[in-house]
Amino acid sequence: MFDNLSSRLEGIITKVRGKGRLTESDVDEMMQEIRTALLEADVNLTVVRSICNRIREHAIGATRSTALDPGQQVVKAVNDELTRALGGETLVITYASKPPTVVLMAGLQGSGKTTNSAKLAAWFKAQGRNPMMIGADLQRPAAVEQLRTLGRQINVPVFSDPEDPIVTAAKGLEEAKRLGRDVVIVDTAGRLSIDTEMMEQVRLISGAVNPDYTFLVIDAMTGQDAVQTAEAFHNTLQIDGVIMSKMDGDARGGAALSVKEVIGRPIAFASTGEKLDEFEQFHPDRMASRILGMGDMLTLIEQAEKAFTEDQAQAAATKLMEGQFTLDDFLEQMQALKKMGSLGGLMSMMPGMPKELKNAKIDDDDLKPVEAIITSMTAEERTFPTIIQGTRRARIAAGSGTTVADVNRLVKQFGEMQKMMKKMGMAGRPGKGKKGKKGKGGQKMPKGLPLDFDPAGAGFDIPGLPGMPGIPNFPR
Amino acid sequence: MGSEFLFLILAVFVVVFGVGVVLLNRRKSVGQPAPGRPVSTQARPLVSQPESDSHVAAPQLDSVVEEEPTVEEDLPAGTFRERLAKARSTFAGAIAGVLGRSAITDESFDDLEEALLRADVGVAIAGELLSGLRVKVANKEITEPSDLLDALEAEMTARLVGADRSLNFEHFEPGHPNVWMFVGVNGVGKTTTIGKLAKQHVDRGRSVLLAAGDTFRAAAAEQLTAWAERSGVDVVRGAEGADPSSVIFDGIEKAAAKKIELVLADTAGRLHTKSNLMDELAKVRRVAEKGAGTVTETLLVIDATTGQNGLTQAREFGQVTNVTGVVLTKLDGSAKGGIVFSIETELGIPVKLVGIGETIGDLIDFDPEEFVSALFER
Repeated sequence: MFDNLSSRLEGIITKVRGKGRLTESDVDEMMQEIRTALLEADVNLTVVRSICNRIREHAIGATRSTALDPGQQVVKAVNDELTRALGGETLVITYASKPPTVVLMAGLQGSGKTTNSAKLAAWFKAQGRNPMMIGADLQRPAAVEQLRTLGRQINVPVFSDPEDPIVTAAKGLEEAKRLGRDVVIVDTAGRLSIDTEMMEQVRLISGAVNPDYTFLVIDAMTGQDAVQTAEAFHNTLQIDGVIMSKMDGDARGGAALSVKEVIGRPIAFASTGEKLDEFEQFHPDRMASRILGMGDMLTLIEQAEKAFTEDQAQAAATKLMEGQFTLDDFLEQMQALKKMGSLGGLMSMMPGMPKELKNAKIDDDDLKPVEAIITSMTAEERTFPTIIQGTRRARIAAGSGTTVADVNRLVKQFGEMQKMMKKMGMAGRPGKGKKGKKGKGGQKMPKGLPLDFDPAGAGFDIPGLPGMPGIPNFPR
Repeated sequence: MGSEFLFLILAVFVVVFGVGVVLLNRRKSVGQPAPGRPVSTQARPLVSQPESDSHVAAPQLDSVVEEEPTVEEDLPAGTFRERLAKARSTFAGAIAGVLGRSAITDESFDDLEEALLRADVGVAIAGELLSGLRVKVANKEITEPSDLLDALEAEMTARLVGADRSLNFEHFEPGHPNVWMFVGVNGVGKTTTIGKLAKQHVDRGRSVLLAAGDTFRAAAAEQLTAWAERSGVDVVRGAEGADPSSVIFDGIEKAAAKKIELVLADTAGRLHTKSNLMDELAKVRRVAEKGAGTVTETLLVIDATTGQNGLTQAREFGQVTNVTGVVLTKLDGSAKGGIVFSIETELGIPVKLVGIGETIGDLIDFDPEEFVSALFER
């Protein structure tokens, strides 16, 4: 998601970047395009206006400026505005001093409250907490059953009482205290923001459990209405944060931008897939640079740290640089990589990726034939792929359910990649090469990074990455 | 050398290589029908046991489920405007603005553009609608502010009228059911729509069977079963994680055996960007015609709150399943559902039904004139 918005903005920005002088008509034209790009991304009209006005002021300033490259100033203005609109800080959960910490989930029908209740519970569990869920959606048939099933999958208890949602919430809270659970998540029925009766009900539920956090679940595909809905819920419930659901689609995420701007509450979490662990904290500053196509190295590093152990990585990287990287190593790393998330998601976080690659829809299942081919090889073949000729090729193809041409292509590609990596290992040992551009302002260092590591610069330090010169016949 | 750097190089290498291979393979396979790719359909990591795992469940209610919502009898269809009128603010401001001026000015057009954009009509369609009007104003064909509003209303209605919006029901010989399939992204209201529609058709004297093809979402089949109970129809369901194609196929076979006329087939919500799930859906659509039935409607369910992404949804689902109509749900909220203008204009898929509330009678035929005039209520 956000990809479409980023590519449109990139296009606009490329036009002005490097212009020696900006005229007012340049600015007018650019503002028109930025406006359209934001509207097509479902950013709320009111928000579009205020963002555009502020960018315009900067841009007009740039036309009068004698400084070098006024285009660059405009780029900075756009970046600053987006970061501001998305909100600066990541929401940090403060647990109640007297447990349990109570979380109330609210939203329209079908926004994903039940699924996200379970995802949030799983997230709390991963933080070392003992969550419990309360099913207070007695409206939709089988909603409680759905919550119970999800609860079983993540091993989190679910409380519900068919009597009445308010009673359920109150009783559930007592039950949680009795069981000594330290986090309670209350799932409520979906309701329209204009349904006064149902809004009153959720207010009463909120009164009964007195939540520490009230999260509004919003579908990333929502259009202009997102803001009205968020305002209405905020007026009734005092929203503390937003959970954006279905962020793995291709909606342009304007709803996310708008809601933050209008109710002044951050996007706390984002749901990025159908699996219960595809759910993460939302980092606004990182998202802004992702929108502008600057990549999101911090998230990438964090995910990599989770997926690879240091020793493994060290060994594999050494092999890689020396051209000793075998298909076996590749398979192993690929499997570790899967833990980091979907390939498409990873691609979108990498800086300097060519647009063709970024926009390609990559399904993780597309890698299955690759895995199948490699697993159909003997140990010897995996170590020395050059020995794969005629009959071996046919055997591998038959074994993996692919064609001889597929096998050929994989082997050839691998060989070329290996060569490229070897070159890179000799030419551009990190630490020796030029040390990236320092200090993209505002980026925070993740814990545990060595002092000289510059995340913003790291992307530029990988030789051969931008534009992929080393890969022959790369598909457009 | 920082270890983070190693992670990155590894990640980059593996990703770039993996993606490269995938793209090459894909380029090679262009021209072949997508579903033929050997990769697809089994992304959801659950065991699939066609045939044996689906069974006819006696409709059974959970005590939780029984309570609500209270089912009202069918409401007269004329309530469309009243229901939409609950949340009118989008156009009201613009209308007041336009009528408040003694002549048509640039501000009048700004007001109208704002109203259209806020209704999710989209930049392109709003631009087209207004540029037509600007020409007429320039030529003095329109001079009065109130005429400008009427002209816009007429223009918008004209974009929607003319399509055949009836649900296609063929009178096949007994044992040959009509199959209506429901597709869409997650959370738009597919299951609820089927529940309401089942009751309406039973009341109309048709025999109906529900096929619980959403085998992915937890308790989706229970939800459908609860609806089946309300209208007293059979439901065929499989185990959670079963192959949806085989569940729906079984449903159709069962309907044929019992000489049931109409099968309403539910499918799991899926984002149109997940090609493996879209391939799965294509398979469901193909398999549904392998047995005794014919798919006479494939309805895309879209939530009225959906923004510009709705057009992409319609295009992608349309390509995979040959969508024959749209069901626009949740139109009783504050959202206006303006995305249907793009869907109808650009893709030619007619809106057939709209959902305007929670009760069974709140799923009604789409009436373009009422839809547009409700926006313009003065």
